[in-house]
Amino acid sequence: MRINASAMAFSSSFKMNFRHAKTFLLGAIALGLLASLFADRINPYWLFIFYDIGISIVMAVSLNLINGYTGQFSLGHAGFMAVGAYTSAVITNQFGDLSFFAANGIFAGALLAGGLAAALAGLLVGIPTLRLRGDYLAIVTLGFGEIIRVILQNMDRVGGARGLSVMHGWTNLFWTFGLAAVTVYVVASLVNSTYGRGFIAVHDDEVAAEAMGINTTKYKVTAFVIGAFFAGIAGGLYAHAKQFVTPGGFGFMQSITFVVMVILGGMGNTVGVILAAILLTLLPEGLRQLAGYPHLGWIGETRMIIYSLLLIILMLTRPQGLFSFKKTFAPK
Amino acid sequence: MSALLQLEKATIRFGGLTAVSDLDLQIGRSELVGLIGPNGAGKTTAFNLITGVYQPTSGAINFDGQSTVGRKPYQITKRGIARTFQNIRLFPSLNVFDNVRAVFHLHLHGDVRHALWRGKGYHAEEKSIAKRVLELLEIFQLALAAKPKLLLLDEPAAGMNATEKVELTRLIRFIKDKFQISILLVEHDMKLVMEICERIAVLDYGVKIAEGKPDEVRANPKVIAAYLGD
Repeated sequence: MRINASAMAFSSSFKMNFRHAKTFLLGAIALGLLASLFADRINPYWLFIFYDIGISIVMAVSLNLINGYTGQFSLGHAGFMAVGAYTSAVITNQFGDLSFFAANGIFAGALLAGGLAAALAGLLVGIPTLRLRGDYLAIVTLGFGEIIRVILQNMDRVGGARGLSVMHGWTNLFWTFGLAAVTVYVVASLVNSTYGRGFIAVHDDEVAAEAMGINTTKYKVTAFVIGAFFAGIAGGLYAHAKQFVTPGGFGFMQSITFVVMVILGGMGNTVGVILAAILLTLLPEGLRQLAGYPHLGWIGETRMIIYSLLLIILMLTRPQGLFSFKKTFAPK
Repeated sequence: MSALLQLEKATIRFGGLTAVSDLDLQIGRSELVGLIGPNGAGKTTAFNLITGVYQPTSGAINFDGQSTVGRKPYQITKRGIARTFQNIRLFPSLNVFDNVRAVFHLHLHGDVRHALWRGKGYHAEEKSIAKRVLELLEIFQLALAAKPKLLLLDEPAAGMNATEKVELTRLIRFIKDKFQISILLVEHDMKLVMEICERIAVLDYGVKIAEGKPDEVRANPKVIAAYLGD
């Protein structure tokens, strides 16, 4: 009954080989750093799409921890993003022009503060509401997102409905992809640990999980807080990329977009969700480009319809998600 | 003296229906107690009362000297009550290994911070859990899937620490009782053998020098001589 170290390989039902997780993390950050050095040679249009992709990855992967792995249906992820965006923007707006190092230091602190503020919001929303299940939780989180939006709309200090300009465009490829890599690393390493298997247990069967000694409420709140933290960070990146935030930009439709990324990627499949985040960020842009060609102008007006139709077709043909191939052993 | 589990006048009412009424029940340590009755008699409800799924309307439930009333199911499980379900409830998204591993979180030293930082001792702990899961699976693979009449265990306690040995003892006993199979255990660890075996045969230089109940074998001068030297 001697078992060698490779026994751990048994536990990896995930496509990503997690023994090389730290290499992956450092590699992605280094790549982001390298890419940001050449950023001025990239067409700004594409640069912003890259930012969008990185931000979408952070949002989708962190939402996947809540909606995918833990099986809670949150519809308020954009609300947490708004908390992070406004918090970090208000902080960095206090500063004028800064040197390279000071700017990045302040930016890191502002992003962290945005993440923590969102995590706090997640805790406050999560503790009372995570006793609810399924549809009820979806409605409460939806309500939370709307409350955040309405509060921001009525806060004159941050511009109200007119929006808030963000003075510094500090978001770059290093920060977006570095933090996307950190998000993927944290979520994947958490879920791959023995502790983290509890999230999936809660997803599968709450009663059985409880009977096995899993504090289901605590697990759900933990998933919610960690998910909200990264949504707040994504909000900070978003604010300092667009340099202008409005409450309307964090509405219900934004939350839905992230939920669609998670569902399309396959609930509880990190790699799939990353691919879905990339795909769904590029798709509307691709359709927009297509509309520029002769005889394809009609795509311009109908591109959101095409987008929706594609989603409906995907959901009908692959309800388990575009990239999910995981099989279950339980009979239906 | 005190029973492991003690129900005193445990009662639960759902509206006008009294599902379990003034139930007194005691389960002593290492005792096997049956709870039988026709359909709807309240057996499962009693089960749910003990495991904390339902709270008693009145009465007391004590486990291991402490009241379980008001405790959540996961807290009661942590204290040492485990249950199975009438209809199988496993985690279908997890493979067999992870289904077992998920339960091992009960014995984890760290919480979510430990899993996130992966600090000192994290990998060692995960590795030891993986090892223990595989050990369980190996025995179950044999005992459950092969359906043998006789199970031979060759030094299953080799390389195990004290805690693991206690678990193994319980596991072997469980398999024997549950599946009604005979077991031949070859083992160095005398404490384990003495505790678990009903009959022991002692070999020395290829010759059987003694056989009998654990106490007899322990007292047998030939065995003592063989183990301690002449």
